[in-house]
Amino acid sequence: MEAKTNIAPNNKEGTVTFVNGPVIKASNMRNFAMREVVKVGPKKLMGEIISMDGDNATIQVYEDTDGLSIYETVTGSGESLSIEVGPGLIGSFFDGIGRPLNALLESEGMYISPGTSVNMLNHDKVWDVTPVAKPGDLITGGMVIATVQETPLLIHKIMAPPDTEGELTWVISKGQHKGGEMVAKVKDAFGREVSIPMIQRWPVRTPRLYRERLLPNEPFVTGQRVIDGLFPIAKGGTACIPGGFGTGKTVTQHQLAKWGDAQVVIYIGCGERGNEMTDVLEQFPVLEDPRSGRPLMERTILIANTSNMPVAAREASIYTGITIAEYFRDMGYDVAIMADSTSRWAEALRELSGRLEEIPAEEGFPAYLPSRLAEFYERAGRVVTFGGENGSITVIGAVSPPGGDFTEPVTRHTKRFIRCFWGLDKNLANARHYPAISWIDSYSEYAEEVNGWFCSNIDPRWGEVRDEVRQILAEDNKVQQVIKLVGEDVLPDDQRLVAFTAFLIKNGYLQQNSFGSDSYSPPSKGFEILEVIMEFYKKALGLVRKGIPISLIKEDESVDSITHLRELSPDDKDGFALARKRINVHLDRVAAERTRKLGGE
Amino acid sequence: MANAEYIGVKDIIGPFVLVENVSGVGYGELVDIRDNKGRIRHGQVKSLSEKATLVQVFTGTGDLIPNTTKLRFLGKPLEIRLSKNMLGRTFNGLGEPRDGCGETYGGKRVNINGLPLNPMARQYPKDFINTGISAIDTLTTLIRGQKLPIFSGNGLPHNQLAVQIATQAKIMGSDDFAVVFAGIGIKHDDAAYFTQELSNRGHSNNIVTFLNLADDPVIERIATPRMALSTAEYLAYELGLHVLVIITDMTSYCEALREIGVAAGEVPSRKGYPAYLYSDLASLYERAGVVRGVSGSVTQIPILTMPNDDITHPIPDLTGFITEGQIVLSRDLDSRNIYPPIDILTSLSRLMKDGIGKGYTREDHPSVSSQLFASYSRVQEVRSLAGVVGEDELSKNDRMLLEFGKLFEEKFLKQGKEEEREIGYSLDMAWEILSNLPRSELTRVSLTDIHEHIRKYTD
Repeated sequence: MEAKTNIAPNNKEGTVTFVNGPVIKASNMRNFAMREVVKVGPKKLMGEIISMDGDNATIQVYEDTDGLSIYETVTGSGESLSIEVGPGLIGSFFDGIGRPLNALLESEGMYISPGTSVNMLNHDKVWDVTPVAKPGDLITGGMVIATVQETPLLIHKIMAPPDTEGELTWVISKGQHKGGEMVAKVKDAFGREVSIPMIQRWPVRTPRLYRERLLPNEPFVTGQRVIDGLFPIAKGGTACIPGGFGTGKTVTQHQLAKWGDAQVVIYIGCGERGNEMTDVLEQFPVLEDPRSGRPLMERTILIANTSNMPVAAREASIYTGITIAEYFRDMGYDVAIMADSTSRWAEALRELSGRLEEIPAEEGFPAYLPSRLAEFYERAGRVVTFGGENGSITVIGAVSPPGGDFTEPVTRHTKRFIRCFWGLDKNLANARHYPAISWIDSYSEYAEEVNGWFCSNIDPRWGEVRDEVRQILAEDNKVQQVIKLVGEDVLPDDQRLVAFTAFLIKNGYLQQNSFGSDSYSPPSKGFEILEVIMEFYKKALGLVRKGIPISLIKEDESVDSITHLRELSPDDKDGFALARKRINVHLDRVAAERTRKLGGE
Repeated sequence: MANAEYIGVKDIIGPFVLVENVSGVGYGELVDIRDNKGRIRHGQVKSLSEKATLVQVFTGTGDLIPNTTKLRFLGKPLEIRLSKNMLGRTFNGLGEPRDGCGETYGGKRVNINGLPLNPMARQYPKDFINTGISAIDTLTTLIRGQKLPIFSGNGLPHNQLAVQIATQAKIMGSDDFAVVFAGIGIKHDDAAYFTQELSNRGHSNNIVTFLNLADDPVIERIATPRMALSTAEYLAYELGLHVLVIITDMTSYCEALREIGVAAGEVPSRKGYPAYLYSDLASLYERAGVVRGVSGSVTQIPILTMPNDDITHPIPDLTGFITEGQIVLSRDLDSRNIYPPIDILTSLSRLMKDGIGKGYTREDHPSVSSQLFASYSRVQEVRSLAGVVGEDELSKNDRMLLEFGKLFEEKFLKQGKEEEREIGYSLDMAWEILSNLPRSELTRVSLTDIHEHIRKYTD
């Protein structure tokens, strides 16, 4: 048996002994590595070794195993699950294990059949390369060797792999080069020459390293008023959006992918609908980034493992996405990643765990669910890269709790590892109040950290107004309980004013259409609306305290129009000023009439 | 070797037989099982190991004698023969003729599991289907290529509604339409109602029916919807027809899946359903859509009865996470004699946002529907308040909302079982009903909308 260890890695061969859906077992596997990617059977189905037991290995297969027989062969690849990173990622659409879906469409037609193998990136595509390093430079991992203008918005930096160290002996010339070419040669301390390719490989389950982790300080502006205004997320932050079906998780995620302030956006459709990905594919090339005016597709990468695709590849899709995110972060970019939905990923873990006959923990989920979730969310963050630049990854995960119950394991454990919670409310969704983010259940731990940015970039009173608004909404929550019991009419007028102001905030500020001109609302516009509402509230409170009935205060077209302020364009300063003036005129008139009446008595 | 016959099985467990010393058999392969009287039933390979092969027997394992049962592995998956001749025919759950008219010939054989559609091959569905039902057209718009289930309960008129949609839907207006009906574990009377109603309304030559009745073998229920969907895909993507697939009752399907899972000794998940229920349902529901460059489409209307009317039960819950919305029927509305009893607040059409409005239905459609949802949800709040304090104690505003709620249910929601309403008519009626509300309640419609549509009723 000793001699076996000398067999070259690519000669090793195992034999299938058991098949049960995506989980198979094989014998004669002692020379394979744990987590090694293997090819199974005559169709060369892609799989990954997930456990080793003596001579036997358990393999999860990323493709449909229909027709697979026992005694068929298993061959190794010599590496763990890896993807290609390099120019050509932006604007592409991959499946969960990094196969380009457009190339599959060309070669296979409308259906995806098992056993298809295509390079993730096109090695023959020609790029305009500009070298940055020069011969004689000392190169360490993460340093930029050359650049490629991948899209008008994004300079793709070709970096030395993390373990590189040595002197640059040759670098690519300026001009047109194919993606498959080498960009540099580096001679290390032992005199060995190492070539650095333009397209590199990275194992998806291994996080890419960085020099230093930083604290988040700048908001990830989303153009969604309820998020930016009440529950902001920082660049490099983590958030989750839990909600039962039909509460608008996907629409919210799409909104964030469209309008979020990032240089690269990675959208992972994990176990969700095929049509949703098609929607993104059709919309993003025509929609414009509000900051640069370029098509959104020029900063977007899509990864889809739709619900009807093999379940093991669904498990991998999350890692494929976050690895691409880390790659762009290492170039010093702000990257945002939307995972829709992490519950489907957790369910894929559960399904595979069940097939492995592991002992389940809560609700059939494996006991390692929380640690897997933590590993994923901890790959977010704002860092100093090895190249010396600041980059960040913002992670926003949708969670689909069964029955909309937030106490289920995936939501509960996710809450432990995120700092921003946007809970979707079924009742709001039923009333088609979108985004249905509950202002009662949600929270953001970043609000303090990013307040400074909003104060210096939008308005110095940002934090103050946010606190006032939250105060009103919290009071309203109590008032609403009473209203449910006794009706509104019996309440004192100051409480009715709180309820009415909350009504204005909910309908005039928090509610936002996902289509039309209000789809992206810059923080400045939201702030204008809030100021109008809070000004109205303060002035009206003064009047109420003087004994003026609230019905007189609120019954006027100028007050009704507050809920229509969001129809105004963000630049329409005159529109906001006019609305403000009309409200003031109305309130002054009410006050004056009151004084006159009192004087008359 | 694949076609050698094996004599004798080791174990018979529920719908499964365990065979030893089998080689060269593929996972998911079709098996012919012959009992001692020579009758053949079908089965499928469920798991493979060196020691034993587990075969799931359709039509059940009754009367099988371990020693004399013969198995022949066919070397191919479960298939269906597809051809144009299927139109107008009725098949059983395994795709065999049930109408006594003999086999269908010609055409091609395909694996009933199908293959996942490449998302890049899809075209985002945007074509509005005018069903003539106000609540659906205005508030939960059905789009060609959508999967929109009906969440119902026992005793609610889901069958009538499905028939009304199928007959009135404008995709049935021309020659290039077809209906594929799959009955899974349904009562004989329900099956008869569908076939009769649809053929009475003159569509019998455009229907393909697959029936697995309540007393047919449970295990066949797994194959029935896949037979139907393979047929639908063939009619849509190869013959270019617009196909409406009605599958009822998905609850029976899921129950069958649970029964088989438990018999196979699998680790159960929520309420005993298998952990792969989501993936399994997705493999059915995702087989709807529009493909780029192909003229046909597959629209799915699965019907499921919610156990105890509980929408959080795993079957409706997982379905709702996969399908593009849902139409929920309400027992309360039904008992007040309102047909169709659609609970609009919990109903939803996810594809609606892109299929309505200017250039699709009418420019004011998005805002008027949003306002109806918002106001009707206020009506529910006011009603529960009125239940506590009494109607007389309500404010004027609240009383106007109650009046609106009544009009909405009696005029807008309620309509005849064969009444067809044009979308324009439904939208105008919506505005007219909304005009009864105070202006401060109209927060979802723009000031221009109020000017154009409301003023004419109020001034």
